[in-house]
Amino acid sequence: MDCDICGKQAKVHLTQLVGGQIKKIALCDNCAKEKGVTDPTGFALAEMLLGKTGGKVSTPAPFQTGATRRCGGCGFTLDDLRRIRRFGCAECYTTFHDEVSQMLRGMHKGTKHCGKVPAGLMELHARTQRLEELRGKLDLAVIAENYEEAAGLRDEIRQIEIRVTPATD
Amino acid sequence: MMRFTTLVKNPADWMTGEGADNAIVLTSRIRLARNLKGESFPGWAKKEQRRHALEVMRPAVEALPCMKDAFSQELDDLSSVQKQVLVERHLISREHAARGEGSAAVIERRQSIALMLNEEDHLRMQSIRPGMSLRAAYESLATIDEELEQSLDLAFDHELGYLTTCPTNLGTGMRASAMLHLPALVLGDQIGQVLQAVNKIGLAVRGLYGEGTESLGNLFQISNQSTLGESEETILRRLERVIAQVATHERNARDKLLEDDPEMVADKIGRAYGVLRHAWIIDSKEALNHLSLLRLGGDLGFLPTETVKSCDALLMDIQPAHLQLHSGRKLSPEERDSIRAEIVRSRLQSLEAPDIGSRRKKNDSPDQNPEIL
Repeated sequence: MDCDICGKQAKVHLTQLVGGQIKKIALCDNCAKEKGVTDPTGFALAEMLLGKTGGKVSTPAPFQTGATRRCGGCGFTLDDLRRIRRFGCAECYTTFHDEVSQMLRGMHKGTKHCGKVPAGLMELHARTQRLEELRGKLDLAVIAENYEEAAGLRDEIRQIEIRVTPATD
Repeated sequence: MMRFTTLVKNPADWMTGEGADNAIVLTSRIRLARNLKGESFPGWAKKEQRRHALEVMRPAVEALPCMKDAFSQELDDLSSVQKQVLVERHLISREHAARGEGSAAVIERRQSIALMLNEEDHLRMQSIRPGMSLRAAYESLATIDEELEQSLDLAFDHELGYLTTCPTNLGTGMRASAMLHLPALVLGDQIGQVLQAVNKIGLAVRGLYGEGTESLGNLFQISNQSTLGESEETILRRLERVIAQVATHERNARDKLLEDDPEMVADKIGRAYGVLRHAWIIDSKEALNHLSLLRLGGDLGFLPTETVKSCDALLMDIQPAHLQLHSGRKLSPEERDSIRAEIVRSRLQSLEAPDIGSRRKKNDSPDQNPEIL
């Protein structure tokens, strides 16, 4: 069996029960290490297969609490945010995602951008939405244990991700 | 590159309402906030980082077609009076003037487009037009935004839109505002009610110099507060509707004042005229409040229509830094009050006393207001 992430020979096989459904995943040594699969408590199969991070090479930074949480982009901390109610750089919005959601409550008419998108990002925007759609399909295929279709979708997702990633770096 | 003295030599069209009806809505202004990806925001960045961001942005901004032969200066290279003049002209913000190394201002020759580099956000771009003209102001700025996108990597998130230092600007990063002259609503004691209603719709009302400033000269700024969850189009449409309504209220209040108490109106305008024509010492606040009434007199026909334009030019020129620029030296507050009075007297020298009779002739139905006589 091949690794679900990179297609190399799989060494680690995981089974997890999510919402009454059995989910299986196969990983090679490298991907297992990268995803932190060696620590079963810190790893969510469903999230990886179906969720936001689905198959992406990068994993979210380990969760740090309170004042020690620090933005990797600019060194801004949660304490700084509480003090000045402003952010240190664009990446802070990812680092302090939960706090942002809290701050935005009642601040604006909505919480999702409906305005102008930079022309250069239109294509990326479309691809991002296509990815979401494909991941949804993959979700259904896995639930239906239709692995052939799932593999096809996984390949398609991988293809798009290869094109998306260099553009976002 | 344009020099400071050349830039400020003449008033901009938007300052004197050139080519627009500005009797009630003086100016329309759009501001867009943008930031660079991968660079710390100016307030958090270290000096070298701010410098680096400036080096990335400045060539791109100066290369804009509208910025051909523009004014472009680092704020550190301007004197405090020069910076203050730009603030008084609304070409840079007070916050921007207070920022040190690594901040710059790039201003188009006609002073209708101004870009602040390393303000609270990396880029604050502004477009000002005379009269009610939010749409045109937005369109000229949207073009500039698209041109800058070509050369700058802007911080944008598919969920949160344009990412800004302060979350209150997220999304469109757009603040649209109009400056309104509302003397009749103030005189008729209706202003509180109107402004409260505007606030309830989620729009902000501020004084002459934006956030945290008191209203002088019956001038009020109305702007959107929400920047996320709505398109630019929706925000502009709501603002246009509300501003038009407030302007109608003011127009009705002016008519009503003339109908109900023409003597009081004539008295106010006459006194304002008297003070401005004969004062030898006058502070900003007093001057602004009297100019406001003179401006009203111009609109209502007590004084020639051009009075409105003279008042608008004076509103700009009697401010402290403008006075010091005019005198070419630093002035004490006492000296400023004398020079201010001198400038006002000389500008209004040929303005004849308000004439109730002449106003009446302009009125189509003289019989309805016999008491004016």
